Amino acid sequence: MNYDRILIRYGEISTKGRNRKKFVDKLRKSVRIALASFPKIKIRAERDRMYVLVNGENVDEIIKSLKNIFGIQSLSPAIRVEKDLDQMKEAALSLVKSLYKEGQTFKISPKRSDKTFELDTSGINHTFGGYILENIPGIKVDVKNPDINLKIEVLSEAIYMSCENILGAGGLPVGSSGKAMLMLSGGIDSPVAGYLTMKRGVEIEAVHFFSPPYTSERSKEKVIDLAKKLAEIFGSMKLHIVPFTAIQQSIKEQIPENYSMTTTRRFMLRITDELRRKQEGLAIITGDNLGQVASQTLESMYAINDVTNTPILRPLLTMDKNDIIKIAKDIDTYDISIRPFEDCCTIFVPSSPKTKPKKEKVQHYESFFDYEPLIQEAVEKTEMLTIKPDSKEQPTEFEDLF
Amino acid sequence: MIYFDNSATTRPYNEVLDSFVKVSSEFFGNPSSLHGLGLQAEKLLTQARTQVANLLSVKPTEIYFTSGGTESNNLAIKGTAMMHKNKGKHLILSSVEHPSVRGAMEQLQRLGFDITYLPADQNGRVMVEDVKASIRKDTILVSVMHVNNEVGTIQPIAEIGKLLRQYPTILFHVDAVQAVGKVPLNLTEDGVDLCSFSAHKFHGLKGTGALFIREGTRLGPLLSGGNQEWKVRSGTENVAGAVAMAKALRMTMVKGELGIEKMKRVKSLLREELARIDDLTINTPLENSAPHILNFSIKGVKAEVLIHTLEQTGIYLSTTSACSSKKQLPSQTLLAMGVPDDLADSAFRISLSYDNTEDEARIVIKAIEKGAKQLRKVMKLHEL
Repeated sequence: MNYDRILIRYGEISTKGRNRKKFVDKLRKSVRIALASFPKIKIRAERDRMYVLVNGENVDEIIKSLKNIFGIQSLSPAIRVEKDLDQMKEAALSLVKSLYKEGQTFKISPKRSDKTFELDTSGINHTFGGYILENIPGIKVDVKNPDINLKIEVLSEAIYMSCENILGAGGLPVGSSGKAMLMLSGGIDSPVAGYLTMKRGVEIEAVHFFSPPYTSERSKEKVIDLAKKLAEIFGSMKLHIVPFTAIQQSIKEQIPENYSMTTTRRFMLRITDELRRKQEGLAIITGDNLGQVASQTLESMYAINDVTNTPILRPLLTMDKNDIIKIAKDIDTYDISIRPFEDCCTIFVPSSPKTKPKKEKVQHYESFFDYEPLIQEAVEKTEMLTIKPDSKEQPTEFEDLF
Repeated sequence: MIYFDNSATTRPYNEVLDSFVKVSSEFFGNPSSLHGLGLQAEKLLTQARTQVANLLSVKPTEIYFTSGGTESNNLAIKGTAMMHKNKGKHLILSSVEHPSVRGAMEQLQRLGFDITYLPADQNGRVMVEDVKASIRKDTILVSVMHVNNEVGTIQPIAEIGKLLRQYPTILFHVDAVQAVGKVPLNLTEDGVDLCSFSAHKFHGLKGTGALFIREGTRLGPLLSGGNQEWKVRSGTENVAGAVAMAKALRMTMVKGELGIEKMKRVKSLLREELARIDDLTINTPLENSAPHILNFSIKGVKAEVLIHTLEQTGIYLSTTSACSSKKQLPSQTLLAMGVPDDLADSAFRISLSYDNTEDEARIVIKAIEKGAKQLRKVMKLHEL
């Protein structure tokens, strides 16, 4: 079937009242980025829906890309027909024919928002249902559970026909809810936390703490690969690599072992908060999961959170590990996360970290040494990478070898 | 030189050789080493895996590098048998499989596994009904090649895959060694669990290949060692070979559409013109056969002698498959198709690449006609 357009339904955006235009613009931007490899397409964003005009590009491939975009409730490949009964009949028939397999059933779902159209909904049912029954021998009507559901939408400007309704990713368009910093460790949880926050429309920049030679180039590669996966959603993503060795070494020297983890986390949060301020973000996202490790008890979080007033988003806090793993597999980050390299959270782990640290105690221990210059230095020396998703067209350092 | 023996092996692309040499000399680290050189090698390996996976429309984690078709077939079959023998010991294969499938099966038979050989029709094609009829409660694997290496018959992989969907505990292995770049295969839609590839059949290097193992499918390893390739295939990875294979596959796929059309034209010219020669029978079916293989028999002409005669004029073709041609046995495939012994004994195989031309075909046709005429005279005298 030669579909000439793909109809995109907004879902949640449509409840946004006065902000709707902003949301639609963000979604349009997401669609444009996701479909960058189809130069001939045109995007028409209207108040209630968006159309991608195909212009000869591959419809299946376009649909595949659209399915991952947040803010799309559902989509349908469709054809546009003029308000002419003969033309409409032919289009309806060829659409059903293109999908029909022997023994299948169909129904017609008319929707008429143009009340001046010559047929009412039962008239549309009758006219087109009858025409299809006459012209496809063996096809039957089933209004409850049809194999083919032909939607005929009569709008004021034209008529759209479609047979398939494909579920989108839901959520809100990325960037419609502001920006936040994601603390990306390389484990299973933090990429999932980033993904779920992006699904609610938040644009994210990732922050990773890197401690050479205690952690290797490979652990950095791993984080870059994770960022690449998340970057697929928005077309690109910033990744801040914080040099953390000096701070970790000095914590090891200055802070009692059972409190070193708490202090480490406090400093990470402070540095992330500085970066957030520089990048004009509004929140920090972590992959914390209640009770999973010593730093993720409520007592720990209370002591760590002491260093900032910035909202900390913890989308995984109350989830079960198995559910987190399931999402990680769905978004393709799991296999990257389980690569076995040391990261900054595992290398200096004390043998028995405090699971119930006291805020006052950690403040006391930190008071003997001026960490501020070290923290400022780490912030200044932070390397910022712009990560683009892996794609077949993208050149790599070894490109000539492949 | 006219090289018409591309099913035996193909000439490596120059670009592929360049990649192999460059990776071998400049990025020689062991991918398992922790230092930077190791990391570089690992990146190359990962990129090769990703490229192969993308070209085959599967996931990178489903591609395992091996030493070639024979190893891939052995790993798929014996690996399944080792892992799933407690579920059952019944294996099904077609009677027209490659020796590396047949041989692996025979070895398992000696270990107490039960084998069913599916018959082939006169076109060398396996019938889905026969697969269905052979399935038992203790069946764990069905192995059917995609394109037959001797006559080029395309097997009904999609149909068998569809049938086997009703039997989720039976694994489906496809030997696609002869199909890559000639007959498209959709691993996901056709329900294939295991699929073998060999690089030197698509202008890569000998000693490199891959096995596709569908996510979630478990195999027992054949090699014990350092647990490379997710513990399925131990042994230091052949990084240069993998990169070269990825490149060869890309180049082959890029050339594919035009190349296949070109091979079809050369093959139909060969088919039409050769059929005019006296006592020459075409064994390759007209329908459902790969665009690059044409098998024929010339009554009364000993195949080996004609091969050598043609060789003297710089023409290279083959008697049935290269793998079994030294055994001096008539082709099992032709016998399974019901070709009489004497014709099976005088069978030839022409196999094309994208580079072969219609002009080459015309020269070969003439040479075969002339050679056959001459030899038949001599041989008839000899018989008298």
